[in-house]
Amino acid sequence: MTSLRTTILDVSNEPGCARNASKSNIERKNGCTKQLKPGGAPGGCAFDGAKIALQPFTDVAHLVHGPIACEGNSWDNRGSASSGSDLWRRSFTTDMSETDVVFGGEKRLYRAVKEITEKYDPQAIFVYQTCVPAMIGDDIDMVCKAASAKFGKPVIPINAPGFVGSKNLGNKLAGEALLEHVIGTGEPDYTTPYDINIIGEYNLSGELWQVKPLLDELGIRILSCISGDGKYREVAYSHRAKAAMMVCSKAMINVARKMRQRYGIPFFEGSFYGIEDSSDSLRQIARMLIERGAPAELMERTQALIVREETKAWTAIERFKPRFAGKRVVLITGGVKSWSMVAALQEAGLEIVGTSVKKSTEEDKERIKELMGQHAHMIEDMSPHEIYKMLKDAKADIMLSGGKSQFVALKAATPWLDINQERCHAYMGYVGIVKLMEEIEKALYNPIWDQLREGAPWDEFDWKRQAKTVAQMDAQAVDPVRGANTNGVKTISFSNKSEIGDCESAIAAHGRNLVEPAKPGTNSTARGPACKDTFSDLQPSALQAAE
Amino acid sequence: MAIVTASKKACSVNPLKMSQPIGGSFAFMGLRGAMPLLHGPQGCASFGLTLFVRHFNEAVPMQTTAMNEVATVLGGLENLEQAILNIYNRVEPEIIGINSTGVTETNGDDVEAFIRLIRQKHPQLETLPLVYVSTPDFKDAFQDGWGKTVARMIEVLVAPVDAARSRDGSRVNVLPGCHLTPGDLDELRTIFEDFGLKPSFLPDVAGSLDGHIPDEFTPTTIGGIGMDEIATMGQAAWTIAIGAQMRRAAEIMQARTGTPFRLFERLCGLIPSDEFIAFLSEISGRSVPSKYRRQRGQLADAMLDAHFHIGGRKLAIGAEPDLLFDLSSFLHEMGAEVTAAVTTTNSPVLQRVRTEDVLIGDLEDLEELASSRDCDLLMSHSHGRQAASRLNVPFRRVGFPMFDRLGAAHLTTVGYRGTRDLIFDIANLIITDRETNHGPTPDTWPSPAVTCRSMPQSH
Repeated sequence: MTSLRTTILDVSNEPGCARNASKSNIERKNGCTKQLKPGGAPGGCAFDGAKIALQPFTDVAHLVHGPIACEGNSWDNRGSASSGSDLWRRSFTTDMSETDVVFGGEKRLYRAVKEITEKYDPQAIFVYQTCVPAMIGDDIDMVCKAASAKFGKPVIPINAPGFVGSKNLGNKLAGEALLEHVIGTGEPDYTTPYDINIIGEYNLSGELWQVKPLLDELGIRILSCISGDGKYREVAYSHRAKAAMMVCSKAMINVARKMRQRYGIPFFEGSFYGIEDSSDSLRQIARMLIERGAPAELMERTQALIVREETKAWTAIERFKPRFAGKRVVLITGGVKSWSMVAALQEAGLEIVGTSVKKSTEEDKERIKELMGQHAHMIEDMSPHEIYKMLKDAKADIMLSGGKSQFVALKAATPWLDINQERCHAYMGYVGIVKLMEEIEKALYNPIWDQLREGAPWDEFDWKRQAKTVAQMDAQAVDPVRGANTNGVKTISFSNKSEIGDCESAIAAHGRNLVEPAKPGTNSTARGPACKDTFSDLQPSALQAAE
Repeated sequence: MAIVTASKKACSVNPLKMSQPIGGSFAFMGLRGAMPLLHGPQGCASFGLTLFVRHFNEAVPMQTTAMNEVATVLGGLENLEQAILNIYNRVEPEIIGINSTGVTETNGDDVEAFIRLIRQKHPQLETLPLVYVSTPDFKDAFQDGWGKTVARMIEVLVAPVDAARSRDGSRVNVLPGCHLTPGDLDELRTIFEDFGLKPSFLPDVAGSLDGHIPDEFTPTTIGGIGMDEIATMGQAAWTIAIGAQMRRAAEIMQARTGTPFRLFERLCGLIPSDEFIAFLSEISGRSVPSKYRRQRGQLADAMLDAHFHIGGRKLAIGAEPDLLFDLSSFLHEMGAEVTAAVTTTNSPVLQRVRTEDVLIGDLEDLEELASSRDCDLLMSHSHGRQAASRLNVPFRRVGFPMFDRLGAAHLTTVGYRGTRDLIFDIANLIITDRETNHGPTPDTWPSPAVTCRSMPQSH
C-alpha cells in the first residue's frame, strides 16, 4: 500500500504519456496538471474525474464518503448506458454532518457499507474519498479493508479527494485503484485468442454498441471494458485479455501501460471516432490478436468488413457534400477525440476554420497542421467573450464543442452541436459518423437561425409605417369591400413580418370563415385587436358583397 | 399536525438534498453584474455550475478560489485574494458574492477578516461590494443557503434609513424563496404592477435566468436587481416575504430600515392567492382589477373540472420544506391525500404539512414510503425519475433541479393563473396514467369464485 502522495507523483510521471515525455525534469515534477488559477471558471476536481472513470461499472454500488455537496449536487449526470444492472445509477453517500466532521466519519462509513450490503447486495462497493474526510483524517483504506473482511465482498477505496488536482488526475487515480485492488483478482470461465480489453471507453449514449456488433461479427470478444457497460467481475479478470485498446488516451494511460508491464498485454491508442480511425483501430486489434496467437485469417475478415463498412459510410456521407459546401466549422474540445473526426468532416465538404489546442501536445499540433493545413486557426485559450464575438461576426457557420460552451454559440444565433460527454447522440464507428453528419445538417439548416438573426420589426418604431397604415385604414373605411377581398391583413396588422399568406393559411388551417378574427393562428399578436376590429367592421358589407 | 422525524440511516441513497453553498450562489445569481464565488476546491463550484446550467439551459456565472491541498493546509487567504483580484480585473463585476464550503469551514478560514486584509492591501476594491456568507456543506441544505445569503445581502447592501422619513407608498420589497421560478417572479411582478405597486425583488432571478438573449456576452450575471436599487430598499412601504425561509431576511430588513413585512408562506392555491390579492388591494388602496376577478373564476372552474381526477389521489412528495408545504397544502385543498412526504432540512412549516408524518430523508425513503403506502402520483425534482419509473406511477417534476425537461425557468405555480395551470398539469398526468395503465379489461373485476377456480395455485 502506497500513500496518496506517492501515487500522485507516480501517475504524474507517466512514461507512456507523450506529453509527459516531452517535458523537462522540472516541469515533470510539477505534475501533469496546470494549477487552476483562483477566480477562474471551475473545472472538475479529482473526485469528479475518478467518479467519471469508474461510475459506468454497472453492478457496483458507488459510495461517496463526504458532505452532501460531492454527491448530492452531482449524481445522475452522465449518459452512460447499461445492458444489465441499473445499480450504478443509484446514488450512495454518507452525507457527513457537522458531528461527523468533529468526531470522524469512519464509523458512519462502515455502517453505510453495511446498509448497502444488506439492502442491495452489490458485486462490489467502490468508496470514494472526498476533501473533508481527507482533511480530518478518515482512513478509508482501513475501513474498506475491515468492511471487506466482515461482509465478504470487495469494498474498494478510491483515493482521489477533489483538492489533490484536476479531473484528469482523478481519472488516473481511479485507474490506480483498479490496478491495486481489482485487476487480476478473478478468473474468466474460459478464454479465447480473440479476447480484448477496451480501456477508457464510457459507453456514453450507448456508443460502444455502435461498434460492438462489428467486433462480434469478427468473433472478437470484449473481455472487459473499462468502464463503459462494465461489470466488476470482468475487470477482475481483465488481465487475461490478449490485447488492449486505449480509447480516451490521456485519461487511463497508466492502466494500459501497467497492464502491459504486469501481464504482458500489448495495447495501442486508438479511436472509433471517424471512418479512418475506426478502420485503423479494427486493423490494429486484428494485428495484435494475430501477434498473440490468433489465426491469421482474422486480418482478411477484418479487411473485408472494413471495406464493406467504409463503402457504406462514404456513400452515406456523399449526400451531405452539396449541403456542406463552403460551411465553416469551429471545433472546441478536449483535443484527441475532436480531430479524429476531422478527416470525415472535411471529406463531407466542411471546412475546419479553427480548433482548440488547449489540451493538445506538440505532436497533436503537428497532426492538426497536417490535417487542416498551415492556416488552421489554433485556439490556445480563447475567452468565451472572444468566441462569442468571432461567431457573431459570422466567422464560422457552426460550432462543435462540449456542453459548457454551448451558450456562447447559441446566444450568438450560431448553430451548435454537443460532441462531449453530455451529448445525447452516439457518434462512434461507421454508423456514428453518419449520424454526426445528419445532426450537423439538421443544425445548419434549421429555419430558426434566419428568424433569430433578424431583430423585432417594432424594435425601432417607424412613424412612416404607422402613417401608411393609418392611411390604408382610412381608405378601407371608405371602400370596405376592397379591403375584404385582400383580407386587409397585411396592412392593418402591425406586425409587418406576418404576410398575407400567413393569415390566409391560418384561416384555412382552422377552418375559419372571414367573419372570425384570424388572430390566434398568426404571429400578429401585437396588434390583434386591430385585426379583429377590422373584421367585425367589415362583416356586414362583406356579407352583402357575398350576396 | 405532522410528526417530523429525521432518517437514522448512515447511508443516504439517492439524495434529495443539495448543499447550502450552491443555494447561496444561486441567490447571488439574482443580482445584476454579480459573480458568485465559492471559497473551496474547484469541484464544489464545478458541480454547482453544471447543475445550474443543466437546469436553466443558460450560461451561469460561478467561480472558485480553487483551494488545493497545499492551500488548505496554509489557509485560504492567498487564494481568496487572487480570486477577488482576478475577477475584479477580468470581468469588472458590480458585486462578488462569496460562499464558504465544507473544506474552508473545516479549516476554519476567517473570511471576514481575510476580506478586511484584502481591502487594506488593495484600495482599488474599496467600492466593490464583497458579500460573504458562511455556508458549510455539512450543515443544512440548499434553501438554507439561499435564506442566509439573502439575509446577509440585506445587512451589507441595504442602506439604513431614517425612520422618521416618509416612505415611498408605491414601493414594495419582495423577498422570494428559492422555490420560486423566474416564471413565478414575472407573474408576481405583473400582479404588483397591476395594483400600481413598484416591486423590488431581492434576489431577482427572473431578470438574470429567464433565458433572454443578451446583446453582449459577459461573464457576470446579465440582468437581476442592481446595487443601487438594493441600497434604497429601506424606503419601501412594505416588505413581502414568500416562503418561511425568508422570515429571517424580512426581520433583518425591518430591524435595519423599519419597513414592516408580511410573510406569505405559500402562494399556490385559491386561499393563499385570495389572501395575497386582498393584501395588495389593501396596501395599494386600489380595488382588485377585473382581470383578477376573471382569473379567480378560471381557477375556481379548473378546481371544479379537476377535482374528479385529483380528489382521493395518494401523493408522495419529496421537496425542500417551503416547496413541500406549498404544494402539499394546495393538493390537500384539492382533495388529494399526501401519504408520503420527505424533505431535506428542518423548518417551522414542516409540522403544519397536512399529512401524518414528514421525514427528513432521501429519495430512497420516498420510494419506499410511496410503495408501501400505495401512492399513485410522485412529485420531486428530476432525480425522482428513477423512483417513479420503478414504481410505475405518474411523475410531476417540481423544484430544483429539473435537468431532463425544458422550460424549468418558466413553470409558474403562484397566483390564480399559476395554480390553474398546475391543476391542469397534474390532472392531465393522472388522466394519461389512467388511460395508459389502468384501462378496464374483462378481467378487471373478477368474481371471487372465478379467481379461486382460475388461480388455484395461488392458494
